[in-house]
Amino acid sequence: MKVIKHSFDGVIVGAGGAGLRAAIEAAPHMKLAVITKLYPTRSHTGAAQGGMSAALANVEEDNWNWHAFDTVKGSDYLADQPAVDILCKEAIDAVIELEHWGLPFSRLENGKIAQRRFGGHTVKEGESPAFRACYSADRTGHMILQTLYQKCVSMGVTFFDEFQVLDIKIEDGICQGVIAYELATGDIHIFETRAVTFATGGFGKIFKVSSNAHSLTGDGPGILYQKGLPLEDMEFYQFHPTGIYRLGILLSEAARGEGGILRNKDGERFMERYAPSIKDLAPRDMVSRAIATEISAGNGAGPDSDYVYLDLTHLGAETIKKKLPDITDFVRTYVKIEPIDEPIPVQPTAHYAMGGIPTDINSRVVSDEKGTVLPGVYAAGEAACVSVHGANRLGTNSLLDIVVFGKRAGQSMVDYVTQTKPNSISESASDDLSKKINSLVEKEHTEEFSVAKIRKDLQESMEENAKIFRTRETLEKQTEILEELRERYENVTIFDKSKVHNSELVEAIELDYLLDMSEATVASALARNESRGAHSRQDFPDRDDENFMKHSFAFKKDNTANLKYRDVELGKYEPMERKY
Amino acid sequence: MDISLKILRYDPESDRKGHWENYIVDAEPEERILDLLHKIKWFEDGSLSFRRSCAHGVCGSDAMVINGENMLACQVLVKEVGNPIKIEPIRGLPVVKDLIVDMEPFFESYKKVMPYLINEKEPGERERLQSPEDRDKFEDTTKCILCAACTTSCPVFWTAEAYVGPAAIVNAHRFIFDSRDQGTTQRLEILKDVNGAFRCRTAFNCTSACPRGIQVTKAIEDIKRETLLNN
Repeated sequence: MKVIKHSFDGVIVGAGGAGLRAAIEAAPHMKLAVITKLYPTRSHTGAAQGGMSAALANVEEDNWNWHAFDTVKGSDYLADQPAVDILCKEAIDAVIELEHWGLPFSRLENGKIAQRRFGGHTVKEGESPAFRACYSADRTGHMILQTLYQKCVSMGVTFFDEFQVLDIKIEDGICQGVIAYELATGDIHIFETRAVTFATGGFGKIFKVSSNAHSLTGDGPGILYQKGLPLEDMEFYQFHPTGIYRLGILLSEAARGEGGILRNKDGERFMERYAPSIKDLAPRDMVSRAIATEISAGNGAGPDSDYVYLDLTHLGAETIKKKLPDITDFVRTYVKIEPIDEPIPVQPTAHYAMGGIPTDINSRVVSDEKGTVLPGVYAAGEAACVSVHGANRLGTNSLLDIVVFGKRAGQSMVDYVTQTKPNSISESASDDLSKKINSLVEKEHTEEFSVAKIRKDLQESMEENAKIFRTRETLEKQTEILEELRERYENVTIFDKSKVHNSELVEAIELDYLLDMSEATVASALARNESRGAHSRQDFPDRDDENFMKHSFAFKKDNTANLKYRDVELGKYEPMERKY
Repeated sequence: MDISLKILRYDPESDRKGHWENYIVDAEPEERILDLLHKIKWFEDGSLSFRRSCAHGVCGSDAMVINGENMLACQVLVKEVGNPIKIEPIRGLPVVKDLIVDMEPFFESYKKVMPYLINEKEPGERERLQSPEDRDKFEDTTKCILCAACTTSCPVFWTAEAYVGPAAIVNAHRFIFDSRDQGTTQRLEILKDVNGAFRCRTAFNCTSACPRGIQVTKAIEDIKRETLLNN
């Protein structure tokens, strides 16, 4: 195995929206490398559909404070309010900046950026649904990803495509660099650098039915977690209400923003019973729970009574064609029905991690619940937890998060690099990793310990025991299952022994991170004896502000996690009952 | 039901050239071709190599030749391609391993056409205005996911690798017809070259191959017309 050494001032791991936005900020000020296990334009930001909220007030009166109120209420009061203020205030400039870089937003008749309604976004703190989501048909994420990549191309940013970062070297609390595996050759690359941003996205592949790409395996959080660093708020995982039945492919909330309605098997618009004021545009956690409740009450449709309908038939062909072209194509392609004429079978799908690598408001990674900054290490986007989404993220706020906090990660890298001198990484820095890879490759393959089998059992059991509704019983059961899976993983083997594009080897390493993410999720969920946002404990159905207005910090310990807590940072909004 | 797959394999560490391998996979008619490839990779032969990520036609990783036509493996179902199914890597780019080709020449061509907004004018504090009609003029070409299905279906590209190819031209189109952009002259100068838009022989393969439904040949024709008008 060849070892190649590089030297950079800064390295960004991941080339989705957050990584690219950080790169644009940092590249003019340092020798920078962006490392991605895909090609940048394959990143999952490109799959985001509905929009990116900002109080531009292009359609109606709006105010970033209302956006902040909605975000805090949507988070079930777990978001840190100073961070939410930054998100919503900086949203406006972030959208304008993307437009200036060429993002082709949909337009209003007067030429301004078009805005649409989205779940949980309201005017005047709950009065009525707000036109706040700036969009480009139903492919807003694609346009953001393309625009940011185009900007990077124009700036001549250095990319290492199809390189998988597998380790970070931290000595005496100072970052020395990262180690990567080159997919095309199997070579090891040591990147000497003093500033690293992790923007590796989420880990939706811990569940069976997911809107997430195969590549979303929690690599960045996994690397840091294995180094003894904490993961914050891992019990809060969002299930999007409208995934295509069985496949989990996302059908944007924009479908409901444009007037789409959820119906049960009797055709009843059941959201009227769960959220009388904003109905189908209630936040995702509530809608997903409503669907799960309808299904368990026997109101689901289909032979197994296990889905509901997303009805767009009353919107008219023109609106569907103009505003929802991609999602209607997905339905035609994968379900073979025509959404203009027929309602679409949907079920909740694992979608977004509110939790992740804890950071401060400048995207600096913190190493404990006291907020101690780890010098030279940054995180942004879904991999990170600032926390602006708290216990439940509002739709559109993720695209906002990646650009606002991606930019801040880039700025923090610049600050750090200009104030410090290069350090040097040891030639033997990659020895552990080489050993790990060699032993994986050398081990004889057995069916029993194949990557796919362990992963399948992981995804199916997480789906069963740790999804929308949880109890102590299901979580304890899952803890035991995870222990068994971890034991099996210790013996994992691969069939492919080659050096060139050994994607089975990569999948084996990704599975390690998926197990870590699951262990942290289940341990955090088991300890939170309340229901808040996306974390719903049937044995503790109420929110408990007295004991749980706090963020969890999970530290890896054997096959589970040690938990510590930090108080939520409040602001102008006092916690109140969350009704819509 | 049993589906029979014939896959063109190539392992650079042991093969001098590609060879066909046959597999039988149990699959439902509604399953994606990508699901079948995964069944082979995960439960039969872990060395089968292909790129994939989103699995629903938006990331552009898994373009391949399926029964003779360029498609995304995640966007086509078993019942649409029949049985048996023949799968090969996309053509015209060097094969690295199995269904994985070297994408570097493709991205180099893309970068040649200056695929970014060029506008030296200070944009001001708010968004630039653009009418819905102006926005519509380049709507079609904004959909490109750089999967290379169009470029690698083009008979001109197969024989002349210096040709920038349909995907690069589509991305030039996306900016040339954007009312906010001022780089038209520079881009048309590039596309006027012997390896630019005029190499297109309107075979329409690219248009049939595009998994996003972009009217690729029309976009190329738009560029040719624009070049003639600009001269």
